[in-house]
Amino acid sequence: MQDFVQHLVNGLSLGSIYALIALGYTMVYGILQMINFAHSDVYMVGAFAAYYAAKWLGIENQPGLMSLATLLVVSMVICAILGLTIERFAYRPLRKAPKLNILITAIGVSLFLQYSGQLIFGADPKVFPEVMTDLTLLQWGNLSLRSSDITVLIVALIAMVGLHFLIHHTKIGRAMRAVSQNSSVAAMLGVNPDRIIAMTFVVGSSLAGVGSVLVGMKYPKIEPLMGMMIGLKAFVAAVLGGIGSVPGAVLGGLLMGLSEEMVVAYLSSTYRDALAFGILIVILLFKPAGLLGRYQVEKV
Amino acid sequence: MNMTGIFTISRRRSIRMKKLLFAVLLSLPLLSGCTKSGNEIRIGEFGSLTGNDATFGLSTNKGIRLAIDEANEKGGIKGKKIKLITLDDQGRDTEAVQVVTRLITQENVVAVLGEVASSRSKAAAPIAQEYKIPMITPSSTNPEVTKIGDYIFRVCFIDPFQGFVMAKFATENLKVKKAAILRDVKNDYSVGLADVFISEIKKMGGEIVADLSYQAGDVDFKAQLTQIRSKNPDAIFIPGYYTEVGLIAQQTRDLGIKVPLLGGDGWDSSKLSEIGKEAIDGSYFSNHYTSESTDPVVQDFIKRFQAKYGDTPDGLAAMGYDAARILLLAMERAPEIKPNLIRDEIAKTKDFAGATGKISINENRDAVKSAVVVQVQGKINKFVTTIHP
Repeated sequence: MQDFVQHLVNGLSLGSIYALIALGYTMVYGILQMINFAHSDVYMVGAFAAYYAAKWLGIENQPGLMSLATLLVVSMVICAILGLTIERFAYRPLRKAPKLNILITAIGVSLFLQYSGQLIFGADPKVFPEVMTDLTLLQWGNLSLRSSDITVLIVALIAMVGLHFLIHHTKIGRAMRAVSQNSSVAAMLGVNPDRIIAMTFVVGSSLAGVGSVLVGMKYPKIEPLMGMMIGLKAFVAAVLGGIGSVPGAVLGGLLMGLSEEMVVAYLSSTYRDALAFGILIVILLFKPAGLLGRYQVEKV
Repeated sequence: MNMTGIFTISRRRSIRMKKLLFAVLLSLPLLSGCTKSGNEIRIGEFGSLTGNDATFGLSTNKGIRLAIDEANEKGGIKGKKIKLITLDDQGRDTEAVQVVTRLITQENVVAVLGEVASSRSKAAAPIAQEYKIPMITPSSTNPEVTKIGDYIFRVCFIDPFQGFVMAKFATENLKVKKAAILRDVKNDYSVGLADVFISEIKKMGGEIVADLSYQAGDVDFKAQLTQIRSKNPDAIFIPGYYTEVGLIAQQTRDLGIKVPLLGGDGWDSSKLSEIGKEAIDGSYFSNHYTSESTDPVVQDFIKRFQAKYGDTPDGLAAMGYDAARILLLAMERAPEIKPNLIRDEIAKTKDFAGATGKISINENRDAVKSAVVVQVQGKINKFVTTIHP
């Protein structure tokens, strides 16, 4: 029983990381109907930004709230600028082009970031600075609950609620929904679609920045290809939850983490990814639009 | 002269120019091949200078360079200087095949040194065998590597021995009765070592309570570790590479598992304690050498290494040094610098006093030598015991 609860905790904590990154995929998809494959590499750049900032400011070995806040801000700003740049120079010129072109461009940008990362940061793994002391919050027999396990989950939930509020209760959110439904009609009514799309990239990319610092704290090994697998899983999580749906991305991420964990716990550790993805295929067979995916309604 | 005449002449000339340019371009690689070899001996090295286990390649390269620089200072071999050509395989099997092909066919090397990882040595060895160029791997311990052909050698012990060493150490020194395994399924070295450890532990009367796996590149191991925790083992054997082992150690302690972790020479990197921090302290692994040895040969090597690079050599640097020295001595003994003659001399190596102990090459082209068990204590790997074959 204790083991089952521990597996539950582990799975949710892993899943909340997928959820945080899945939010970025789902936002861009909601507004542009395109999959921004470079998102996971923006996340990688965020981790390195925090790593070098900590080195440069000399706060590598000073865990505490101040260090965490500083690194979060640095990483978010760098990611936002990078996301904005990618949107401006890679995607905007292709706005009128067929969807496939922009998709392939996204893959190109992703590879460009991965290999520039190897060139600039070096390909060997770096050790992420200790930002917060990891505490044991609860020790019940064998079961242990660490602060790092729930920080990510809480941040992912806050981000979800915040995004939901932004989309449904603010002026810019209304503009986002308008652009996502029909950008030319929205433009006729005085919304500037380019600005709204840029805004979406800023928000999505800074979420990747938050994710990179939190993951770096939890798994202190960063390298230029670190976004690849986590990005793939987050993307699948977004599809599973219903791409374009904000609560769906979080739900999908958590399910993804849980299924991976439970496969290892009760089936086989060798076939973890194969079985975890298999479960997701089965779910999608019955709910092709994803768990919370409703057409036209919940689009960001 | 009319306009068409000028036109035809210039066009003909431009075609001729293009042909000439094309011919020059084609012959460039050939020319460079000719000019470089002459009064020097070319040795190739391939390794992971970048990538997930970059410190393996970088350490080995330092050891090899030390050996070759020393030989050159003494006047080279048979009056010829030795030139080392090092190529990076980025820690990838496919890349290893390509760079070794390039070393042999374009760089015209007479012998190849490399790799650390068994998977990559196995990928590249068939190329060396096909071109009949002797290849010495400094530290690939998987038994299959040297079975590829009679031109493939190694100067380290093999996994069956390393598995035996850790099983014996666990049973006799740590009194382990129940052991758990966590192996990297994508890695020949890790899978082979885990299999041997299991059969040796069983022979010595122990029990394996869990046998789980992960994949290189994973960052979360809590699912496997939670399952291991429920089985209450006395020790966990993790025959992986340092990047994952560091993270595994942290998560093991997060889950409140306090038993010692055991591993093989894949742990040998300064990054292990950087990633694992205090979680990895007190764990044991088998290695080729210890810098705490009192053997004058070892101390002498460490002194010269420190003078050149300013830091203490790790096991892989020592292995690289020994591999290069054995190759150089074989070249010295060979009547001529020809790949097949060098091969015959490497095979005759006996009782070579290296930085990693006494090395003899047996009929399977593997080295026969003893292993040490060390304990991680921060940046230092403390010598615990030596286990002989």
